[in-house]
Amino acid sequence: DPLRIIILIAGAFFWLVSLLLSSLIWFIAVKTSDSGDEPLQKGLLIFGVMLSVLLQEAFRFLYYKLLRKATEGLVALSEDGCSPISIQQMAYVAGVGFGLMSGAFSMINLLADALGPGTVGIHGDSQLYFLTSAFMTMVLIFLHTFWGILFFHGCEHRRWWEITAVIVMHLAVSGSTFCNPLYVGSLVPSYLLMATAAAWAYLLSGGSAQNLRRFLLCK
Amino acid sequence: MITFMNNSDSEEEPCNERTSLMSAESPPVPSYQDGLQASEAGEVQAHRKRRTGRSRSPNNIADGDMSDSGVPVRESALENEEEELTLKYGAKHVIMLFVPVTLCMIVVVATIKSVRFYTEKNGQLIYTPFSEDTPSVGQRLLNSVLNTIIMISVIVVMTVFLVLLYKYRCYKFIHGWLILSSLMLLFLFTYIYLGEVLKTYNVAMDYPTLFLVIWNFGAVGMICIHWKGPLQLQQAYLIMISALMALVFIKYLPEWSAWVILGAISIYDLMAVLCPKGPLRMLVETAQERNEPIFPALIYSSAMMWTVGMAKPDTAARGPSQQMWDAAEDGREDHRSPSHTDSQMSETRSPVPTRPITSFEELEEEERGVKLGLGDFIFYSVLVGKAAATASGDWNTTLACFVAILIGLCLTLLLLAVFKKALPALPISITFGLVFYFSTDNLVRPFMDTLASHQLYI
Repeated sequence: DPLRIIILIAGAFFWLVSLLLSSLIWFIAVKTSDSGDEPLQKGLLIFGVMLSVLLQEAFRFLYYKLLRKATEGLVALSEDGCSPISIQQMAYVAGVGFGLMSGAFSMINLLADALGPGTVGIHGDSQLYFLTSAFMTMVLIFLHTFWGILFFHGCEHRRWWEITAVIVMHLAVSGSTFCNPLYVGSLVPSYLLMATAAAWAYLLSGGSAQNLRRFLLCK
Repeated sequence: MITFMNNSDSEEEPCNERTSLMSAESPPVPSYQDGLQASEAGEVQAHRKRRTGRSRSPNNIADGDMSDSGVPVRESALENEEEELTLKYGAKHVIMLFVPVTLCMIVVVATIKSVRFYTEKNGQLIYTPFSEDTPSVGQRLLNSVLNTIIMISVIVVMTVFLVLLYKYRCYKFIHGWLILSSLMLLFLFTYIYLGEVLKTYNVAMDYPTLFLVIWNFGAVGMICIHWKGPLQLQQAYLIMISALMALVFIKYLPEWSAWVILGAISIYDLMAVLCPKGPLRMLVETAQERNEPIFPALIYSSAMMWTVGMAKPDTAARGPSQQMWDAAEDGREDHRSPSHTDSQMSETRSPVPTRPITSFEELEEEERGVKLGLGDFIFYSVLVGKAAATASGDWNTTLACFVAILIGLCLTLLLLAVFKKALPALPISITFGLVFYFSTDNLVRPFMDTLASHQLYI
C-alpha cells in the first residue's frame, strides 16, 4: 500500500533526524571536554545515550502530530469522509519505520565488516559479538514497533501514563545495554520487556485471549 | 522537474510514455509529436553524447530534460475533484517513483562498493579543468568553485542552445543529437562498465561473446528508448543508462567539485524552472504555443499511456488541459532532466464539464503515471554514490542520504500536488541529501562508532 510505504520512510526519516540532533549535542559536548578524562567520556556517553532516547521519543511525538494533521487532510479530501488509513495502522507503520532505521544503523556496518576477513573477539572481547548484536537489534526493532502502537494510542486517548511507560521502557532497554558484554543483563530484560510490550500492544489493538485461541486453533 | 503526465497521447506506441508529456498535451498530432519528441531527445542526447565522446564529460547531463510541467489551468468546477483524485493517487505516484530511484541508487552503490575502477582517480573531465591536488584548503575550495562555475555555464549554454534549436524548429538536428547520445551511452559506456565488472570478478570473456552481448544490449536499448518496446524494458534501460551516467560522474568529478556542483545544479534547476525567463520555462511556453509535446527524451515514465479506447473521447477534452502539463524536457545539455515527473492528473482535469467523466475515471486511473527526468535520477545517484565512495567505508552515511533523497522526492511530489505546476525535483532532495551526508559523516559516525565499540544501543 503506497501510503504505508510513505509513512514508513517518513518514520525512518524522523528517527534519523532525532539521531542527528542527539549526535550533534554529544559531539559538541565531547569536543569541548577533556578527551583524556576517561570517566568524563564515559559519563558523556551515558548522557548521549539517554538524550538520544529522549529525543527519539520526542520525535515520535512530533511524527504523531504530523500524522494527525495528515489524517485530517486525507479525511477532508476523501470521497466518503473517512481516511484511507487508520491511526492504528499509522502507529504500526511509524513504529516499524523507526525500528527499521534504528536496526539498520546499528547493524549495517557490522554486517559489512562481517564479510571481511577477521576473527571475532581476538583481542579478548566477547566472541558472541555478532550474535548478540543481531539479537539485540532484532529485539529493538520489535520494541520500536510496539512502542509506536502504545505511544500513538496514548496520545490519541490522552493517557499520559502510557507515554511515560514507553519512555521508561526505552530508557530501561538502552540502559540495560550498558551491561554488555554481560549479555544476560541486557538481552534477557529486553526480551521480557518486548513480550510485555507485545502483549500490551496486542490488547490495545483490539486483540484478546479469545481471538488468539481462535487463531491458534484455526477456527 | 516533476510534472503530471497525461495519457492522452496514448494512441502512440508505448514509446509515447516518454513523450507523453508532450503528446499528452496535443494528442491529435501523434506522429508529429513523436518525431518532435524523438528529435528533441536526439538533440539533447547527441549533445550529451558528444561531450561524452570527447571527455566523458558530465555534460551528458545536458540531455537532462527539464520537463517543465506547465502550469495547469484548472477549471474551478472540477478543481475539488481533481484535487481529491490527485492526492489520492499521489501516494501511488510517489511509490512509482521511489522504486526506480531506489533501483538506480542500488545499482550505483553496488557498483561503487565492488568495482574499484569507479573510485580510482584517473583524470578529470575537461569541464572541470582545475585540479584539487593543491596543498592548501583555500586553493582547493577555489578550484572546486571555479570548476563548478565552468560546468554550470556549459550547462546553461547548452540549454539555451537547445531552446534556440527548438524555437527555430531544428527538429532533425535535435533528433540526431539525441540518437547519437544514447548510442554512445548504450554502447561505449556499457562496454567499459562490463569490462570493469569482469575484471573485478576475474571472469574471462572472449571478444565475440562480448560483441554479441553488447550489440544486443545496445540495439534493444536504442529500439526501446527511441521507438517502441515493453514498458518495463524501457524503464530498465532508462535506469541503467542513468546509473552508467552517474558512475561516470562519480569517477571523473573531483571530490569537492562534485559536492559544490550538486549544490549549484539544484539552485540552477530551481531558477531555470521557476523564473519567468528561465530557459526551461521558455521551452515549455514555446511548446505550449505550438501545441506540441516538448522533448520527450530522457524522461522516465512509470505508466503506459492509455491507448485507443480512452483517447478519442478524451483527447478533445484533454487536449487543452494537457497543454498545461508540458513537460519541457530539458533543453539543457545538462543530462539531468530536472526532475520532471508528471503525474497523470485525474481525468477530471479535462476542462470539459459537459462530458460525463466519471465513467472514464476508473479506466483512466490505472493508466496514469508519473514522469521524472533522467537528470534527476542521475544526480540523486551521484549523491548517494559519492556518499558510498567517500564516506570512509561507512554504510550509515549512504543509508542516511538514501532516506533523505526519498523524503525530498516525497515532499516535492506533495508540493506538486498542491501547486500543480512544473516543479524542479532536484533542490529539496539534493539539499536534504547534502545536509544529511555532511552531518552523518561528521557527527553521527563518531557517535555510532563509539556506541558500537561499547555495544550500546539507543
